[in-house]
Amino acid sequence: MRAEKIEMSEDEDRTVDLDGVTTSGGGGVAHGASSNKTLSCPLPCPDQVLENVLENVLVFLTSRRDRNSVSLVCKSWYRAEAITRSELFIGNCYAVSPCRAIERFRRVRSLVLKGKPRFADFSLVPPNWGAHFFPWVSAMASAYPWLEKVYLKRMLVTDDDLNLLASSFPGFKELVLVCCDGFGTSGLAAVASKCRQLRVLDLIDDDVMDDEVDWISCFPETGTCLESLSFDCVEWLVNFEALERLVARSPSLRSLKLNRHVSLGQLHRLMVRAPQLTHLGTGSFGLLDHPEQEVQEANLFQAFATCKSLTCLSGFRDFVQDYLPTIHPVCARLTSLNLSYANINAEQLKSVIYHCHKLQTFWALDSVCDEGLQAVAATCKELRELRVFPMDAREDGEALVSEVGLSAISEGCRKLRSILYFCQQMTNAAVVAMSNNCPDLVVFRLCIMGRHLPDHVTGEPMDEGFGAIVMNCKKLTRLAVSGLLTDKAFGYIGKYGKLVRTLSVAFAGNSDMGLKYVLEGCSKLQKLEIRDSPFGDSALVSGLHHYYKMRFLWMSSCKLSVQGCKEVAQRMPHLVVEVIRDGEETNEDAVEKLYMYPSLEGPRLDAPAFVTIL
Amino acid sequence: MESTVTYEGDLNLKATELRLGLPGTDESEREKPMVPVAVRNNKRPLTGSTDESKSASCASDARDGDRETRPAAKEQVVGWPPIRSYRKNSFQPKKTEADPAGIYVKVSMDGAPYLRKIDLKLYKGYSELLKALEDMFKFTIGEYSEREGYNGSEYAPTYEDKDGDWMLVGDVPWDMFISSCKRMRIMKGSEARGLGSCA
Repeated sequence: MRAEKIEMSEDEDRTVDLDGVTTSGGGGVAHGASSNKTLSCPLPCPDQVLENVLENVLVFLTSRRDRNSVSLVCKSWYRAEAITRSELFIGNCYAVSPCRAIERFRRVRSLVLKGKPRFADFSLVPPNWGAHFFPWVSAMASAYPWLEKVYLKRMLVTDDDLNLLASSFPGFKELVLVCCDGFGTSGLAAVASKCRQLRVLDLIDDDVMDDEVDWISCFPETGTCLESLSFDCVEWLVNFEALERLVARSPSLRSLKLNRHVSLGQLHRLMVRAPQLTHLGTGSFGLLDHPEQEVQEANLFQAFATCKSLTCLSGFRDFVQDYLPTIHPVCARLTSLNLSYANINAEQLKSVIYHCHKLQTFWALDSVCDEGLQAVAATCKELRELRVFPMDAREDGEALVSEVGLSAISEGCRKLRSILYFCQQMTNAAVVAMSNNCPDLVVFRLCIMGRHLPDHVTGEPMDEGFGAIVMNCKKLTRLAVSGLLTDKAFGYIGKYGKLVRTLSVAFAGNSDMGLKYVLEGCSKLQKLEIRDSPFGDSALVSGLHHYYKMRFLWMSSCKLSVQGCKEVAQRMPHLVVEVIRDGEETNEDAVEKLYMYPSLEGPRLDAPAFVTIL
Repeated sequence: MESTVTYEGDLNLKATELRLGLPGTDESEREKPMVPVAVRNNKRPLTGSTDESKSASCASDARDGDRETRPAAKEQVVGWPPIRSYRKNSFQPKKTEADPAGIYVKVSMDGAPYLRKIDLKLYKGYSELLKALEDMFKFTIGEYSEREGYNGSEYAPTYEDKDGDWMLVGDVPWDMFISSCKRMRIMKGSEARGLGSCA
């Protein structure tokens, strides 16, 4: 399921087979739309017949990078590509205006739109920074009445926006909102009641306000086309009886992700009505406040046994240990298991994981400890993606997982492609081992939670470990570094990280050289986010040759000055250089937060007072 | 970021606030987010030298440096470790149980189609609450004065208390407000002006 893919492997932009308003470099600027370049045809202009043939062929081309290449061949191909592009991917909502996008692509059915910088997830961007959905939905309401799908990430979406969306697109089918905010249950009610063809409503990590509207009751009474319904991030009670009736009248439902207010007993009732489910988010998996509605373990076990198509399991928000064995019937089929909200220990995990031979995606808390990870390594030979989150997200928390767990995983799970690992301590040796054992790694994100921590055995910086990763993992496109790192680490990244597109840096490096190595070496770099590292103006200026090919650069708490940023802004007219003020700065010349990105539109008009565009 | 400073002055809440503390003692300012140690730290002279012995001593410096700076580093830095707030907040299971449902009140605004429910426990005082309401409903509240209520805007925030009376928000000390407020309504126009403080 596409929505699932986007949630679970969000790191891989390449899995989103959608198109972009970009050049083939992958940056955020669509030169074709407004450039002065003459696209010359080697042959005399093709006649209408040839264009029709081309259009009929191009409808089958889905990859946006291929489409961007096609559009550069000649004017005729440019037109044909524009008219046949049905999926529009906008990686930065400020890179291009809705009008310009609509002008070029007239027949769009599906929109992917991303807004705020990723560091907004960690409270580094003040609220009301921007990324409003409104200009897009209002422009598309008249331009694309046939619109079917909208996927938004880190956008500000209001109830009015949702109402407008629901009212404007009669054939609307899929709405996926990831890390969005600004709307409440009223907006959901509008979508549920007005989008009669709705198949997918997925809410993932959104901040949904409570308007006391019973939105679950708003779906069409006679039956729905729903295939996927995810509301595990909604913190408010839903009307359970209405939910049960909804599931009963949604025969196409394949994916259902409940929130933490759904108890075990209620889960059982829903599962009985939907044995065809392939993806299930179990809600609390606990008793909540009504033990009298407790379901018998045997009955729940039977319900799981009846779900013969279930391959993806999540939830377990307040799970009760005794009920864990009820999931055993599905373990052997599971390809994806998300226990990252469950405080589950090694023993409890083992009882489950030993059956999960087919598991490809596994998310967990570090409560499983190194021992739990060893069990995963022993059983899950098909593992592609691992994420280990901290129970206690503090720098000096208890060290539950360490290099021991990482080593075990690298020994046992040779097919690993993507890893996100939070820990309190690490060694270079374990990271080097992973680089050798897991050559298919595409995403490597290691977060040693204590800032500036060296290899805890040798006392060395973590340079060699990360160096080995970029050297040995030749397919690596996304990297996040941590621990004590000198400029040497960045030297390695610049030299070997030739495919790296996304790089996250925090509390690392010694001098401007670090950033220079990266900007000069990583020719495919698109997204660079840096915090609390000693990189200054001269480093910033060393990247001028590359910034137009990037989607964005974020630098906070570094050593930038207004002068340096101004220089960049002056020399790069198509770059929007935003200086974001928190109100905390004492030094007027220092730039605390820089966010810059190429754009066809120039400075945005909706910037709030705390944003200065240079 | 908040503009709490402006509001505190205008509302002059300190004059009406009932406190057990001695006169003259002030509430401590909320701690500013910890300045990241890295940028201002003088203890890290690492120069990235390739010389073996030098890097070894640098490493031991790092270790010693770590031991020395660790106690200071226990102060939490904004946004570190990088965990989404949704996930961070999910992990206070005990908190939500011991703290049944916070203090949720409905807030409606004259002329707005939607009402919101908010948790009064999230706010430390009137200034934060009012700012949040402004953001939520996209309007501006005027300046508060004891005598005249809210000036400078056609809106006034009001609430219904335990006795069923409609009062102007800000008339009573904060703690009394959150324990007696049943719901809120942002009134518009003359009705709002009529609801001045009668104290």
